[in-house]
Amino acid sequence: MSAPLVALDQVSRRFDQPLDLAAKIANMFGAHYKALSLRAVDQVSLSVNPGEIVGLVGESGCGKSTVGRMVAGILPPSDGVVSWNGQDAAAMPESDRRTAKLGVQMIFQDPMASLNPRKRAGDIIAVAPVYHGLVPKAKSADLVAEALKRVGLDPSYARRYPHQFSGGQRARIGIARALAVQPKLLVCDESVAALDVSVQAQVLNLFMDLADDLGLAYLFISHDLGVVRHIAQRVVIMYLGRIVETAPTRVLFTAPAHPYTQALLENVPRLDARKRSFTTVSGEIPSPLNPPTGCHFHPRCPKAGPRCAREVPKLDPANHGGLVACHLNDGGVS
Amino acid sequence: MDAPVLNVEGLKTHFFTRAGVVKSVDGVSLQLAPGEILGLVGESGSGKSVTGFSILGLIDPPGRIVEGTVRLEGRDLTTLDDKAMSRVRGKDLAMIFQDPMMTLNPVLKISTQLIETVLAHAPVSKAEARQRAIAALAMVGIPSPEERIDAYPHQFSGGMRQRVAIATALLHRPKVIIADEPTTALDVTIQSQILAKMQELCREIGTAMIWITHDLSVVAGLADRVAVMYAGRIVETGPVGAVLDFPHHPYTQGLIGSVPSHAEPGARLAQIPGATPSLSALPDGCAFAPRCAKAIGLCRREAPQIEPLGMASVACHVAQGTGGLE
Repeated sequence: MSAPLVALDQVSRRFDQPLDLAAKIANMFGAHYKALSLRAVDQVSLSVNPGEIVGLVGESGCGKSTVGRMVAGILPPSDGVVSWNGQDAAAMPESDRRTAKLGVQMIFQDPMASLNPRKRAGDIIAVAPVYHGLVPKAKSADLVAEALKRVGLDPSYARRYPHQFSGGQRARIGIARALAVQPKLLVCDESVAALDVSVQAQVLNLFMDLADDLGLAYLFISHDLGVVRHIAQRVVIMYLGRIVETAPTRVLFTAPAHPYTQALLENVPRLDARKRSFTTVSGEIPSPLNPPTGCHFHPRCPKAGPRCAREVPKLDPANHGGLVACHLNDGGVS
Repeated sequence: MDAPVLNVEGLKTHFFTRAGVVKSVDGVSLQLAPGEILGLVGESGSGKSVTGFSILGLIDPPGRIVEGTVRLEGRDLTTLDDKAMSRVRGKDLAMIFQDPMMTLNPVLKISTQLIETVLAHAPVSKAEARQRAIAALAMVGIPSPEERIDAYPHQFSGGMRQRVAIATALLHRPKVIIADEPTTALDVTIQSQILAKMQELCREIGTAMIWITHDLSVVAGLADRVAVMYAGRIVETGPVGAVLDFPHHPYTQGLIGSVPSHAEPGARLAQIPGATPSLSALPDGCAFAPRCAKAIGLCRREAPQIEPLGMASVACHVAQGTGGLE
């Protein structure tokens, strides 16, 4: 088997807010301001193989977007190793890193915010391949036309500005821009969340066609379990910066092992559930600035025991063939 | 069915803009029985929110209700003046918005805002109003409401803010609540908590509710009846089971086919081609006809009327069989 397109090994990402001058001075006079440090991602290991579609699921603040940005090379990790095609990204020479980075492209949630409103669609798509010398500037029009056709838009749309497109068409332009540099992996960060369901279906179909035609791999980041179940082969569930479970999609949706995954699945509204009583997980999602000790989920977990508050569970192989980080899986909660 | 608590007949709300008349709501009729939950479903621009705003009399110029009646327990709200309407709004009729920060004033304490709402419609002392506000917060599941009531909106999380908005709406035990996508911005586990709470409270208080959403799956679990809107009109309505299990209208069928969790994983989703039409330049005939695979000549000439079909009501020539001779 060839090396994974992207592998994260024990990667963490902190965001620090150092003390400002006023707070430092106040501390001299006996105040107790502390520098804030937020662990957005905590020792996450994850890989995506060529042609594989991996779904990354979690609620707000779980660090899924930060993982996506590190995979795409937009954000360096604080600790751990990100490797592309088996090579450590941090150790690569700058020129190699540029080329390797092209292989991983990102598609964002809000196409209006990620497309320059003053540039024509054609220019938006052409800028990266021309800059990186993949195509001479004189021939970029052909590349743009091909990219537009690939995502189901008319090549004549290249002359239009982003505001002249509908939401679904803008999403397609975002995809065309990513495809223009011939990536191997697309990181889709909530790419269909803002779309109406009928348009969302069109874009999901497009993603699946591209996977078939070009052999693209995806890291599909979403809070929507329905979307992920539909498109992904393997699902990774995150909670407050850590991976709590990962398994092949079918297994994860039929026999989830982690209590958080189980709760998520029970809570998803379903089309075939009629007038039912909604079951709920108690409590709020804790602040990532001040996460609970031990297993982050233990204050909300119906099965938690004393050990869960003390000890962080390790991500270990589980019965269902995936990995799960739960003390129920490694000797009990007491 | 009991006498409807809310009866909307032939409601038309148009916006008179420089670019032309936008027919956001174009002939909507719906009834709501006491204690009933109606899911009003549609995509962006289908007119579902404008329908909600029209019922509450919250349409600002250039928009105007040009036709139709909104009767709350027999009284036509469209004929009321501002003063009379503000006595109804917040008391018998309340609204919950998608973004609770739209409802809550960020510079006032929760207590100030809730007490103001109580005093607006009830002749009680300030101390009693505070007690009622605390009771309302407790009812929606906010822990230690006596202390939390003096917090500011930004000190609450998104889910908790939405609970405060719901508490505000429930203060006067309204006859009808209009909820406009109140859980769309929330995480799955928090959404589930809010849905459970709303269901429980509506049952307890006997409030009827219109739940406006783009998400068919939420409606499936929550509502008694569902109405599907497209381009300003209701295209199909009926009991949730009838509409979701045996949809007659091609648009409803398309919507259900587009929901990923409903389809076989990895299979192509049944997509509806094209995009929603501009409301200022609607086609003649059925607004869905240009996107509809089953459209016949009649669909492009004449707009279908909504008529009973089986357990539901549908506005579609093909489903009604009126195009049989073509």
